[in-house]
Amino acid sequence: MPPVSSAATPRNRRAMNPNDLPIIIAFCCILALLLVGSLYSRNFLSPEYLLQQLKVGAFLGVIATGMTFVILLGQIDLSVPWSVTAGAMLGCAASAYGPIGEAFAIPFGVLCGVVIGTVNGFSVAYLRIPSMIITLAVNAVVQGLMVAYTGGFAPQDSATSSMRLLGAESTFWFVPNAVLVWAIVGAAAAFVLGRTTFGRAVYAIGNRESVAYLSGIKTQRIVVLTFILSGSLAAFGGVLLAGYAGKAAQSMGDAYLLPSIAAVVLGGTSILGGRGRYIGTVAGVILITLLQSILSVVQIQEFGRQIVYGVVIILMLLAYGREPETR
Amino acid sequence: MTEQGPVLRMEGITKRYGGVRALDDAHLHVRAGRIHAILGENGAGKSTLIKVLSGVVTPDAGAIFIDDRPVTFPTPAAANEAGVACIFQELSLIPDLTAADNILIGNPPRRMGLIDRRRQRRLAEEALVRAGGSDIHPLALVRDLPLSRRQIVEIAKALVRNPRILILDEATSALTAADVETVFELLKRLRSEGLALLYISHRMHEIAELADECTVFRNGRNVATFAAASRTDREIVEMMIGREFKSQFPPRPAVGKRETQPILDVRDLIWRPRLNQVSLTVRAGEVVGLGGLDGQGQTELLLALFGVLRGLKGDIRIAGKAIEIASPGAASSEGIGMALIPADRKTEGLLLPMTVRENLSLSALGRFSPFGVVNRESERRSVAEMIALLNIKPDGAEVPVATLSGGNQQKVVIAKWLMLRPRIILLNDPTRGIDVGTKQEIYALLRRLADGGAAILFYSTDYDELVGLCDRVLVMYEGAVQRELEGDTLTERALVGSALNMRWAADGDGSGASAPT
Amino acid sequence: MKEWKYFFAQHRGALAAALLFFVMFTIYAVNHPAGLTPNVVQTAANKGVLLALVAIGQTFVVLTAGIDLSVGMVFVLCNCVASYVVAGSPTMVAFGIAAVLATGLFCGAANGAIVIFGRLQPIVATIASGAVYFGLALWLRRSPGASPKFSSDLADVMTGKVLGIVPSSGIFLAAIVLCVWIPFRRSPLGRAVYATGSSESAAYMSGVPVKRAKFAAYMFSGFFSALGGLFLTFFTYSGEASSANGSTYTLYSIAAVVLGGVSLFGGRGSAIGAVFGALAFRAIGDLLFVFDVDPLWQPLFQGTVLLLAVSVGSARLLGVRNKLELFS
Repeated sequence: MPPVSSAATPRNRRAMNPNDLPIIIAFCCILALLLVGSLYSRNFLSPEYLLQQLKVGAFLGVIATGMTFVILLGQIDLSVPWSVTAGAMLGCAASAYGPIGEAFAIPFGVLCGVVIGTVNGFSVAYLRIPSMIITLAVNAVVQGLMVAYTGGFAPQDSATSSMRLLGAESTFWFVPNAVLVWAIVGAAAAFVLGRTTFGRAVYAIGNRESVAYLSGIKTQRIVVLTFILSGSLAAFGGVLLAGYAGKAAQSMGDAYLLPSIAAVVLGGTSILGGRGRYIGTVAGVILITLLQSILSVVQIQEFGRQIVYGVVIILMLLAYGREPETR
Repeated sequence: MTEQGPVLRMEGITKRYGGVRALDDAHLHVRAGRIHAILGENGAGKSTLIKVLSGVVTPDAGAIFIDDRPVTFPTPAAANEAGVACIFQELSLIPDLTAADNILIGNPPRRMGLIDRRRQRRLAEEALVRAGGSDIHPLALVRDLPLSRRQIVEIAKALVRNPRILILDEATSALTAADVETVFELLKRLRSEGLALLYISHRMHEIAELADECTVFRNGRNVATFAAASRTDREIVEMMIGREFKSQFPPRPAVGKRETQPILDVRDLIWRPRLNQVSLTVRAGEVVGLGGLDGQGQTELLLALFGVLRGLKGDIRIAGKAIEIASPGAASSEGIGMALIPADRKTEGLLLPMTVRENLSLSALGRFSPFGVVNRESERRSVAEMIALLNIKPDGAEVPVATLSGGNQQKVVIAKWLMLRPRIILLNDPTRGIDVGTKQEIYALLRRLADGGAAILFYSTDYDELVGLCDRVLVMYEGAVQRELEGDTLTERALVGSALNMRWAADGDGSGASAPT
Repeated sequence: MKEWKYFFAQHRGALAAALLFFVMFTIYAVNHPAGLTPNVVQTAANKGVLLALVAIGQTFVVLTAGIDLSVGMVFVLCNCVASYVVAGSPTMVAFGIAAVLATGLFCGAANGAIVIFGRLQPIVATIASGAVYFGLALWLRRSPGASPKFSSDLADVMTGKVLGIVPSSGIFLAAIVLCVWIPFRRSPLGRAVYATGSSESAAYMSGVPVKRAKFAAYMFSGFFSALGGLFLTFFTYSGEASSANGSTYTLYSIAAVVLGGVSLFGGRGSAIGAVFGALAFRAIGDLLFVFDVDPLWQPLFQGTVLLLAVSVGSARLLGVRNKLELFS
């Protein structure tokens, strides 16, 4: 006689999905942070300030979108720092090539990310090199290339007007374009993850690659595409950042690696893959951005910020990111 | 052997996993100097009982007594201290350590705080000899040893602790026939030395040879204990399943489909070292079985057909056309139309944390997703259809598939493939570990599919199934088809005979022609 | 002799790394304008020992199938601590060194606690803890500096030469490997670490103290990172909270470990391999110098070497014939 399963969940309706809990907690923390911030400064809850936060967060948001896909797949992409920088540098470099350069600056920057992602994806999918190590190596290679290319100096090219349009300006009232870009990218990502065969395949592979493979999914192709997505979104983020700052800078991408991973994980996505939703990443990005800005508003010095940053992440993960007890 | 009280007593053991009661007030008495066999279907609680006894799992209720003293085993180490050693089904060997390291892992000989490697090696060699593995080098890495050698190392590891109670959980499943003989000798010797031995196995003939006493488990309880050979096989099976046992197989159509071209035509398939020129054909409407002893290449054959193996030589023709199958993706595509229900549904067939719906639609997703976007309504409808068709219980599509029983989980795996309407269905021991009721449903389903034109190739370790369900059975030995049985020649006796006959012939024993017991 | 076959099987990675390093170093020494002089060896040793120490620490954790992304930050933190306390009279210096090592042990223990008792995944947990350690380093040394009574004599001894030939940092490295790593590997605890990384479930079923092994691994990691930080202070005479330095050492320690034949999946490899991997990785820069290649190309070369080493390491997988085996 087959064993009887417990929680008799009603047909076709779920009790609260345990996956949603972290997202709810994350949004609660966002509210808490907004509250704390407003205690320090009245401006904290003003629309201008909030939009400014969203704008700053948008760059991390675009980068973290790519990271979400890779982590859901059960892998990791440590080549984000120099994908971002390469996208920025080469996008700006294109500006030196006249009107054609200007027109193709953004696609060219993104193309760098595509190339990086292809190398990563191919190595993971076909050569079965662990993603942690290959993306690390690729990151170092891209760094080497960029350092050699710029001769070690700060890049001189400035961003094209199209890059500045997306990164720094606001077309519609006071809504920064960067936020709109993130919204579009995010909506597309959520759609792909939730409603397409590609998204389903990503979850399946992240859950258990052997099952996905034996079920007829073309796992290798999906892995390559996912890394291409991550690389191109990172590079695109770099392009936007260059537009925001007016030019690229050495090591500009370093500050985005750990926050992008943290944003994804704080949003409830399991680092092991197969579990999580994009909206969680959105929450994670906003959470981290708010946290960083509160820390500067409260005028804690840099060291305090680092410590609080680390402690908060650990506490939040302890709240909902723990692996189950194995006995 | 003096008639004394049981050296081991387990009383009132209960263990729940979620809502499933793996053990329900179970008890067991084992005496020293006896081999005590435990029988029961998969899911009856045998494995959980063993895990409780060996300290891997803590029971929710109940007590264990050794020599009438109450003991508790919070960890496997504690069980070992008390003299209980277990040889597990999933081996507990560390792949990257040497055989010697593994054998002495519990309590290595020490010198000045460090492991005394010389003494360790000597002890390991002694244990290996005792376990019948004198050909195994103590410094060999376990990951480099074949499965049968690993099992011997596992046995040596259990023996080195000089246990009082030795448990063997399906310990002979990976062994070659010669090894099994050696292990039996060993077990009989240990019995005469006064150990209490617990032996779990599905193989009735092994139990007949070894056991002094038998206990049958069903639904987490001990339903009967009796002296070996005091019950017939049929009575034992009825105790295991709990009711009058009459295996029901759907009627087979009369033989007579010779004229049509086979859908699957395999010629001289070679894959070193497991497949040696396999040739077979399967026609539409046929259920062809693969038989023979474990590990003769049956799984590799199915994997080869499904595109999982690299370096394959030989010819595979689908509906007359020679084709190279590069991957499961290719095998399941519309042009070829193959499906494989794999051996281990938990690691090869299902995404356990995901819902029934997500699992069911996994392979066929492309069929209702124009331009890659999933049409939710189409998916829901198809999923509901399948749930109804296969009678999957509970019938909610949004529950995680992990909450379903083994039988229903297997139905989900089968349904996943049926969504693609495959014309060739490969099954790798699909009814292992499934309750009898679901088995009957699956038999009926397979026959229906065959009648509808599918070609079915079906590996099973259950002789009843092969005889009852298949039109033809191909008995495999050492990677090739040795005999084909059908119609009147397809009997259990012939199956066992062919499988064993091959073994005897290979061992050079001239008496291969005598009928097996 | 069949025995050698088993020895090689077990130590394949470390031997390959050692070979790689010796080849590189020979090319370097042969082509160096000054030739194979003690000074040349000393400079090379000093530069390599830092990464080697951190790589040894990383090895312990990677052997348990975990990863420690905070090693670089512990390294930096201990550097800053040392710049304060390794100063004054010999007794004070001794206490100071103990304090530095204690800092490393404490960080390691914290990591271990979070990963084992908090049951968090090592990747994220150590990223976060790394940020905390770096914050502490920043608090100690907002800008680079050292205690005025900093024991520069000791520093000179540790970075100098013994008998005018052999670099003392090299001797120290050899000594620490001999006195800590080798006994560890042969101890029951060491075997527990390997067992845990090779197959945690089998290890548990075999009665191996898995939690203790993992906790010890993280503590050792902290300890060795602390040693590295201490040595950095000896070289630079100061403490600096540089996050670039910290992340570089973290990532390079992983590179060194992989180059040294330690498997990221756990259970296989040796710290000796990691040491040679670190030395080889560092030697890339030296080789570029000797061949008059612009130092600008160094990052590219280091990345490429890592890329090649890793690809070669996984080329074995191309020989796998049952594709299902690739997935576990």
